[in-house]
Amino acid sequence: MRAFSYERATSPQHAAAQAAETGGKFIAGGTNLLDLMKLEIETPTHLIDVNGLGLDMIEDTADGGLRIGALVRNTDLAAHERVRRDYAVLTRALVAGASGQLRNKATTAGNLLQRTRCPYFYDTNMPCNKRNPGSGCAALEGFSRQLGIIGTSEACIATHPSDMAVAMRALDAVVETVNAAGETRSIPLEDFHLLPGDHPEVETVLGEDEFITAVTLPAPVGGRHFYHKVRDRSSYAFALVSVAAVVQPDGSGRVALGGVAPKPWRRAEADAALPNGASAVMSTLLDGANPTEDNAFKVRLSERTLAAVLAEAQE
Amino acid sequence: MEFNNPAGNNLFDKAKVVGQPIRRLEGPLKVTGRAAYAYERHDVASGQVYGYPVGSAIAKGRITGIDTSAAEAAPGVIGIVTTLEHDPIEGVFDYDPVRHFGGNEVLHYHQAIAVVVAETFEQARAAANLLKVDYARDEGANFTLSSTPEAAGETDPDPAQSTGDFDAAFASAAVTLDETYTTPAESHSMMEPHATIAAWDGDRVTLWTSNQMIEWGRQSFAKAFGVPADNVRVDCPYLGGGFGAKLFVRSDAVLAGLAARKVGRPVKVTLPRPMIANNTTHRGETIQRIRLAADAQGRLTAIGHHNATNALTEAGGEDATLPTVAFYAAANRQVVNAPAHMNLPNSNAMRAPGETAGLMAFEIAMDEMAAKCGMDPVAFRIANDTQVDPGNPDVPFSDRHFVECLERGAAAFGWSNRNTAPGATRDGAWLIGHGVAGAYRPAPVMTSGARVALTPDGRLRVESDMTDIGTGSYTVMGQTAAEVLGLPFEAVSVELGDSAYPVSAGSGGQWGAASATAGVYAACVALREAIAERLGVQEGDLTFEDGMVRHGNTSTPLGEVGGGEEIVGEDSIEFGSFRSDDALVATFGAHFVEVGVHAYTGEIRVRRMLAVADSGRILNPMTARSQMIGAMTMGVGGALMEELAVDERYGFFVNHDLAGYEVPVHLDIPEQEVIFLETTDPYSTPLKAKGVGELGLCGVAAALANAVTNATGVRVRDYPVTLDKIIDGLPSA
Repeated sequence: MRAFSYERATSPQHAAAQAAETGGKFIAGGTNLLDLMKLEIETPTHLIDVNGLGLDMIEDTADGGLRIGALVRNTDLAAHERVRRDYAVLTRALVAGASGQLRNKATTAGNLLQRTRCPYFYDTNMPCNKRNPGSGCAALEGFSRQLGIIGTSEACIATHPSDMAVAMRALDAVVETVNAAGETRSIPLEDFHLLPGDHPEVETVLGEDEFITAVTLPAPVGGRHFYHKVRDRSSYAFALVSVAAVVQPDGSGRVALGGVAPKPWRRAEADAALPNGASAVMSTLLDGANPTEDNAFKVRLSERTLAAVLAEAQE
Repeated sequence: MEFNNPAGNNLFDKAKVVGQPIRRLEGPLKVTGRAAYAYERHDVASGQVYGYPVGSAIAKGRITGIDTSAAEAAPGVIGIVTTLEHDPIEGVFDYDPVRHFGGNEVLHYHQAIAVVVAETFEQARAAANLLKVDYARDEGANFTLSSTPEAAGETDPDPAQSTGDFDAAFASAAVTLDETYTTPAESHSMMEPHATIAAWDGDRVTLWTSNQMIEWGRQSFAKAFGVPADNVRVDCPYLGGGFGAKLFVRSDAVLAGLAARKVGRPVKVTLPRPMIANNTTHRGETIQRIRLAADAQGRLTAIGHHNATNALTEAGGEDATLPTVAFYAAANRQVVNAPAHMNLPNSNAMRAPGETAGLMAFEIAMDEMAAKCGMDPVAFRIANDTQVDPGNPDVPFSDRHFVECLERGAAAFGWSNRNTAPGATRDGAWLIGHGVAGAYRPAPVMTSGARVALTPDGRLRVESDMTDIGTGSYTVMGQTAAEVLGLPFEAVSVELGDSAYPVSAGSGGQWGAASATAGVYAACVALREAIAERLGVQEGDLTFEDGMVRHGNTSTPLGEVGGGEEIVGEDSIEFGSFRSDDALVATFGAHFVEVGVHAYTGEIRVRRMLAVADSGRILNPMTARSQMIGAMTMGVGGALMEELAVDERYGFFVNHDLAGYEVPVHLDIPEQEVIFLETTDPYSTPLKAKGVGELGLCGVAAALANAVTNATGVRVRDYPVTLDKIIDGLPSA
């Protein structure tokens, strides 16, 4: 960890302005950033503490949806009465992630901004275009069992590790931000994360002076909510594949995948195929998949996991 | 004390303290955070500073330069030691011939190449990242076991066992099996990382460290630092696990000692978790070809086992054939171990070395062979039991109850109720399967000493350099002393892990408890003789009971015998050759497991586990059970998730932290039952005890693999058994 200076932001706009001025990074729960700083994968010279800005509220919106403050802890979000009742896929995804201790610290915005868990990203002796742009990708022909099968590029096959974001994607969440000038914007989660292309080091559409204030969920869509996370052990592991699904009584619904792509993976055409079963969904949702030898199983596993969800939905 | 004949009836056969489920002595210290582990020994030396290790960024080659200037100028930096300023420092033992440090040659990834010392940990870590190291990478290194001639069976090393005519027996048998199995490299993943504080006083050095074998450590440090062994003190009262990773000295201690000498202050070094897998040691990977032949009645006629394993040095590798030579009967045997010289980090002992990987494979082969013979896998194993050394039938097992383990376990588990048809039992979305495997592990012992002091307050103090790696050494040694002196357990205190105390067996090879308690017994007998001398009577005429020593009609409180002084007894137990010449002394067990396999996703979850162990006298059923269930948990990891993934281009273990290298979590471990057979083995020790800590791991993974096959109909011969290896073969959901 390199030496850094530290300040507490006084408002969201102030946080954004300070980020632009200092090139510093925001710190909230620190559950990912501090690890990365210790390994010098992240080397900020300045930290802007955004705790204590009053962004830890969960409020109803006028259209019947929910506005989740950026600093709401994962534990509090998962336990919130309306989330449990109206957005159960989100609670299920949250409690499938990390550990109780981590969820107590981890924040909503921080969860969206966490970095990949690709092992080559974590070993600073290895080439990694995300960590060290232009150095190459050691994972592409390396140990890639855990890594992405779709939306990846020749430069990077890392996945986005979040569970929460997969559920939010299925719920059509929107990210709200403010910038140094005090301008706000609303970014559909669909558009928030970028695919790696030639620049895997750029992971979101956020500007340098832009700060997440909240995530909003539209009015509840009903249906049955599922989050099936598949992994080698029962807890405290990132997904090999996860399926977030909302299934309506008529068999229609929405599906998002985790563990397979650089962002939560959902396609409208695939949702439309849901009444036709898991195979029909996946032939669309994973069309264009380009897995490695190590992770080719994720294509079949995705389909089988959705099939498990759909079978459960019919019970 | 020499142990030259099997034990006869003795005081341990009517024990009051030994054999009781006494809570561990140091338990309250550990659960309240007051047991200080090596890195936490803040009080032992003043002025401690922090050393941060640097590992090589390449796997094989040379270091052509190290620029330390930026690091030296960094805040708080006190000194830097680089590998280029030292001659190579090799391990002291033939079975751990590693390069700890020194020289410009890089033999494996994350080999220690420097340590940076600073006033704070953070300063040392930051400065360590400022070293600029230039390398010349060697071409032609080999990191792929499957590509070696050893794996292809193209080498011809001396067989470990060659009995009868294997080829003829195999060719003419009614039933045969010829399959290849693989087990991956595994990481010990103990909770406490390697850690050491070193302090010099002139040419004398003290190391507060985390090490299973204090005397081996002392000898190693003496060689590493070029001082007489008498100038080295090693202290390690507590270890947060080791599993063999701390059997030998590792770079944390060598770096701490060198750095402390250079900067003239006590230096503490711990290995960062991401460095442990590649810097230290691991269980080697194996490729095992197993050939079995049986007659029409299901009796094995031939056993062939060929093992290839990765080894950086002559002494590395996981010899998976170790259990094969003696576990099952068969007249014709061909057993070969073929370590392949490769450039991965050196593999060395990890809990039940040899037996673990060997039985992972062999006990699948036994399951497959039982099916080929049309026999129940329990019955098949029973039919192939042996009571003598199969390679030397004149030598019997000293005390072997493997059949009883299987029978007791089958009855307790409800084995006969299982559905023998694979893939045919459902519970909702889950396919249910049951599996069994045998367990075998020798019961070695080591010379072990102790000193016991009877203090004027009537208490007993036991001192030994024995270690407690979480196993219960404090407690069982205290129980032994209490038993021999006729004292309540509460009147005994135990001090361990200090090289100032008598040399013990240390902890390894599941020899610790059996050897160390025998050593305490020897010391206590010496104390009883000293007491007799004080009383002017024969030791044999004394009775030690309820805190009193009785001679005829005279009873004296023990504390009064010394007249205000301590009375001390010190001795070692030395084991005679009869123990290996006249018999095979070993431990046996059987594991029964039930798994659920998700019919859609192939997720594998354990539902219940039962182990039956035949380990001689159980010294403390509570600490012994803890060892067993801990080992069974480790077996779940080995079966279902643990694998150090090799990057065959760069030559290192990629998933070198606890995020990437998964071990079981609480939720993975359901109901665990342990049954200890009430056996005693007079050939083992005066206490007739053997070990359980490694036996508990032997065979677990195969029982789980066999259960997955029973659940799904899919046979996986490559560990770990993960869902990607079975989903294509699952029955239609």
